[in-house]
Amino acid sequence: MSEIKTQNAKDFTDAPLCLSGRGVTKAFGIGEKRKLAVDHVDFDFHEGEFVSIVGESGSGKTTLSKMLLGLLNVTEGQILFRGKPRDISSGRKKREYWKGIQAIFQDPFSSYNVFHKIDSVLLDCINMRGGKHLPKEKKIEMMTEACSFVNLKFAELTNKYPFELSGGQMQRLMIARIFLLRPNILLADEPTSMIDACSRATILDMLLKLRDETGMTVIFITHDIGLAYYISDSVYIMEHGKFVEAGAPDKVMLTPEAPYTKRLISDVPKIHEPWDLSTVDLLQQEA
Amino acid sequence: MGKPILEVRNLKTKYVTRFHEDVYAVDGVSFTIEEGKSLGIAGESGCGKSTLALSMMGYYFPPLHYISGEIIIDGKNISGMDPDTVRKTILGTEIAYIPQAAMNALNPTQKIIKFVIDVIRAHDPKADKKEIRARAEARFAELGLPRDVLDKHAVELSGGMKQRTVIAVSTILSPKVLIADEPSSALDVTSQKMVIKMMRELMEKGYIKSMLFITHELPLLYNVTDDIMVMYAGQIVEKGTAHEMVFDPVHPYSHGLMGSILVPEEGTRGTKLTAIPGTPPNLKKPPHGCRFAERCKYAKPECRYSNIPERPFEDGRMYRCLMGVDELKEEYSHE
Repeated sequence: MSEIKTQNAKDFTDAPLCLSGRGVTKAFGIGEKRKLAVDHVDFDFHEGEFVSIVGESGSGKTTLSKMLLGLLNVTEGQILFRGKPRDISSGRKKREYWKGIQAIFQDPFSSYNVFHKIDSVLLDCINMRGGKHLPKEKKIEMMTEACSFVNLKFAELTNKYPFELSGGQMQRLMIARIFLLRPNILLADEPTSMIDACSRATILDMLLKLRDETGMTVIFITHDIGLAYYISDSVYIMEHGKFVEAGAPDKVMLTPEAPYTKRLISDVPKIHEPWDLSTVDLLQQEA
Repeated sequence: MGKPILEVRNLKTKYVTRFHEDVYAVDGVSFTIEEGKSLGIAGESGCGKSTLALSMMGYYFPPLHYISGEIIIDGKNISGMDPDTVRKTILGTEIAYIPQAAMNALNPTQKIIKFVIDVIRAHDPKADKKEIRARAEARFAELGLPRDVLDKHAVELSGGMKQRTVIAVSTILSPKVLIADEPSSALDVTSQKMVIKMMRELMEKGYIKSMLFITHELPLLYNVTDDIMVMYAGQIVEKGTAHEMVFDPVHPYSHGLMGSILVPEEGTRGTKLTAIPGTPPNLKKPPHGCRFAERCKYAKPECRYSNIPERPFEDGRMYRCLMGVDELKEEYSHE
């Protein structure tokens, strides 16, 4: 392999830890039907790092992300938030935890409450950050700033409902929310899989800009290995609930070791290298 | 030059909304697919890709309406035909269509063999069940689908398997043209590869004569089809071979679209992704002049009011812009 380029991937190993996990496990079902969706995974996400978790459907990516968000209980193991074991035993503590971690989901159309207008969606974010008693002008200024960050015009959005926007615009509004909330961690669960290739570039640019401006950790969950390669500082490859490979994107993508990673990379259509269709066995029984 | 299988000439169709407003979703589209060739259509959501596919099949049910133009499948003009006649005589034998969520089209209470029987009996009501089964088994085996799939229910199959089953069932009568509308966008990369391989086999074994593939994933299109056509706001803005379109796009819109390609290959990390700012025009009142002018970096005042001609090349390539090729290339080299 020729000289490996490490263009914009930074090394974050010395940065303070933001979120880490030790032996994190989630089991579904009991007795014989007990299945481990996430199987004793260890991870360290540093502050300001752009991490990607890549895997096919059913590999446990979304289960892991729900555990990180505190929406699912952890069966075994421990998740540490900024060096301390996180405590989400009560509703109040959970809300406190969510000030530090926020998410963007796959489907922008079901991410909003249809009864709430866009102003109130953004206003809620300001109130949540303790800006409840700010003067109205200041609030409007903040909302305008957040909207212009994602190339939307706040004046055009007032008095509109989220469903009046297109998918790409909704997803951008979601990023504007995150901009106002300023969490320590942003968990983006396939934010670009439901929008087309053209708006995808816009969303990715915005996520990178958001990371650079606010210094938050971004955990990007995707099945698109090309996308993960392009955007992240470190990549985790997940298969059947386990991390089979992890490291800098150039190392993982250009010199993959695990057979699963090799297969994932070879199955993605490419433009500079030939795409070998003969590796697929049509009669192979799918799981 | 091969024999043209599908010819579309200046096709215009519209949607009529509840408030009796006209939306011109396909506006003057012409192209030809030759025997043994495949054509890809790229473009962002809402540009009329799927409407074009439905219009080509003669599938005119409200709110979709036919305005003008001709659709000729293997010498047979189907434009303006009654949709019911189209369904009985054209669909399945001349043209087959696979929608995006094809796998949800399978009725969960029926076995797969029932769908095969339905398809064949729709065209030949007296077909014998045993013969149908033998025919289906042979075809399934050729396409690499396990034989026991026929006696399974849809819920027992995985997503990729369902999609391949739908393709096999809808092409069982060996249609001349297969229209695939994002057949793999809901699948994993591995299942996607299987679906693509199967469609390739259909072409190679001659079960279908030509293919029209619609997707917004450009690397996929590059690997699957011979030619690529880029659509914008109901019109074709550029057409060329797959290689020309990916490595040497002429129209500013296709240039922008190719700039957003993401592939896991060495050297792609450093490159900057280009996104096209703005949103497509409202097709209720399509702008005069160039439809892309609003979002185009190189737009001149005259772009907004002049009639934009299609500029054909000698080798069948075409683009729709006021500026010359050299002029555009010059602009791109400054970036």
